[in-house]
Amino acid sequence: MNTSTSVVQRPEGFRLPEGQLRVIRWMVYLGFFALAIGIVNGLGQALNYARVDILQYFPGMRNYYQGLTVHGVVNAIVFIFAFANGFLALTTARALDRPLKTGLLWASFGAMVAGFLLAGFAMGSGQASVLYTFYPPLQAHWSFYLGLALLVVSTWILAVTLFLGLAAWRKEHPGARIPLMAFISVATYAMWVLASLGIAVEVVGLLLPWSLGLMDHSDPLLSRSLFWYSGHALVYFWLLPAYLSWYIMVPKHADGKLFSDSLTRVVFLMFLALSIPTGFHHQYTDPGIGTGMKALHAFLTFGVFFPSMVTAFSVMYALEIGGRRRGGTGLVDWFFKLDWKNPALVAQLLAMLTFTLGGITGLINASYNLNQVVHNTTWIPGHFHMTVGSAVTLSFMGIAYWLVPYLTQRRLVGQGMALVSSWVYTAGVLIMARGLISGGLDGMPRRTLVMEAPYEKPSWELAGMLSGFGGTLMFVGSALFFAVLAGTILMGRKVEEPMDLPFTETVRGPADHGWEVHLDRFRYWIVATIILIVIAYGPFLAQYLPGHFTSPPYRFF
Amino acid sequence: MTVERIEKVFLILAGAMLVVFLLALFYSAFGMGMHLPDREGEIVPTEVRNTPPFDNPGVREVEPGRYEVVVLGRAWAFEPDEIRVPAGAEIDFISTATDVIHGFHVEGTRMNAMLIPGQITRMTYVFDEPGEHLIICHEFCGLGHHLMYGRVIVE
Ligand SMILES: [Cu+2]
Ligand SMILES: [Cu+2]
Repeated sequence: MNTSTSVVQRPEGFRLPEGQLRVIRWMVYLGFFALAIGIVNGLGQALNYARVDILQYFPGMRNYYQGLTVHGVVNAIVFIFAFANGFLALTTARALDRPLKTGLLWASFGAMVAGFLLAGFAMGSGQASVLYTFYPPLQAHWSFYLGLALLVVSTWILAVTLFLGLAAWRKEHPGARIPLMAFISVATYAMWVLASLGIAVEVVGLLLPWSLGLMDHSDPLLSRSLFWYSGHALVYFWLLPAYLSWYIMVPKHADGKLFSDSLTRVVFLMFLALSIPTGFHHQYTDPGIGTGMKALHAFLTFGVFFPSMVTAFSVMYALEIGGRRRGGTGLVDWFFKLDWKNPALVAQLLAMLTFTLGGITGLINASYNLNQVVHNTTWIPGHFHMTVGSAVTLSFMGIAYWLVPYLTQRRLVGQGMALVSSWVYTAGVLIMARGLISGGLDGMPRRTLVMEAPYEKPSWELAGMLSGFGGTLMFVGSALFFAVLAGTILMGRKVEEPMDLPFTETVRGPADHGWEVHLDRFRYWIVATIILIVIAYGPFLAQYLPGHFTSPPYRFF
Repeated sequence: MTVERIEKVFLILAGAMLVVFLLALFYSAFGMGMHLPDREGEIVPTEVRNTPPFDNPGVREVEPGRYEVVVLGRAWAFEPDEIRVPAGAEIDFISTATDVIHGFHVEGTRMNAMLIPGQITRMTYVFDEPGEHLIICHEFCGLGHHLMYGRVIVE
């Protein structure tokens, strides 16, 4: 057994060069800027179900579906990508105790800005109201597809930056175990690189040339399948940076310790291997895909639920260590002894609470024919606002409460307001989800301007009101968050003494011999992942390719 | 108990729960016949109206107690948008989209599927009770998406 129980190479005295801090700062700011834009549109969506039309007051907004597209693209893609890029670059550099290549980080940032501007132009000018899933044969302006491609390229550049950093570290430390925090960061990006290939082929290979008139037809089913090859793994690309924080930072905030280094690595390797070969669970109701393949993906989706169960255990145990250290006793008393005044911790504890419900509803979605009860009803946004819309978003807000002070060398302004923000946001999301979920169970369709639909059911009224009320609370909660953020950046008191990231120690550190050493051989795990992907998608593609390119484009917006 | 033991018990229970859920699902599908849409063959979307059975949308009795309902999804209506079928009969819904992707959800039932241009969607269902169900297009299909709906009237 190794005696080191650290999750980083050198626990003390690391500070990134200012040039590198600057680019990471900009990435994080860009992410939260995108979040702000998306949330304003989100409010319009939530109020739609309560039959309140505020979108008409938005300058330049043509219709509901344009706002919905902006909400999805900007929140689910730009916000998460930009934040993950900045956050995981920082955790990797910190864990490896060496800066990354600043030039590459700027290149990644540049691609993100360019992609955001192009897609933003397309959406803003009303030429891309195709929602964030952009299913053909609805055809957006080419700048939308090019913008999306650049957003993905930005994450690829960042992945290369991390991989190069790890390779350089390995050369300097032959035979050493990868520091846990770097391991998690790199595993996350390795997963996403493999996962994003589907969207890349779809957007660059099929939709971009089609939107430029170089191809006459699209294949809607093939495009959907490529999208969801990436799409479910995208869910994990949202989630894993939050998990990183739950494993590494939250135990520190809670005065606890992460129990097992090895088990944590196993969890992230399971996410690497199982996030991708599960995409057909978004296409259970699609024709053209055999039920055998759908059943296989159902099975694998239940498999990828397992590492989340392990996470629930590990994180709870780390919290319990902390709560007992702080004088907690008994079965649950320790939970209330946690530091409920620390906004970074509280935001993430509440994120875990909503994620419990988000996870359970997700398991229902994954449940093969049970999916037909909820597919494309408001149940689905009810579910994912408890995962990405709060578990992830609240976690990122919680991270911001230490990250922004770290990046700016300033003290957090408005700790009380930050605490209120998290509670209000959580109450909001739970109320909204309650509305959307009950409405969805009674058939209320998602992605639909129900306030102008010629049909309705009596039960949708309460569901819609809860959705509008909860969404408004979420909006208020995030406004408070942004006030704290702006206050800190503009008015926070400068801190002279050097700061560091909050990271835990493990009770059981990494072993330097035995089977655990193989956990660090990413190459093997990537090969295993590819084999699983081939098993999960090979039979469908073999039977379906070269595809059925018979759909002409439509621009119904 | 040591942490390792508690954890082992927790994970075994979690794993067992997942296995039980899966078995129940697969039983409901393959034992009780609640199937998801399957592969039913391809069609050229621009030729739908010249391709049987879609050249003649509507309700047909194919044999006593068995009905076939052919429905087209187009922007922004179902054709036909009012479907009358008897309770207790086996109804075969055969459907496709003529332009963009549409949704087909007979609210209050598990008939919930996508209509994808180029693909044929087929679902079989028995309505036990007389009554009325909305058919809702629940996939965004353009500006008039929320106007797209129909009705199944079970008599
Ligand atoms: Cu999914
Ligand atoms: Cu529609």
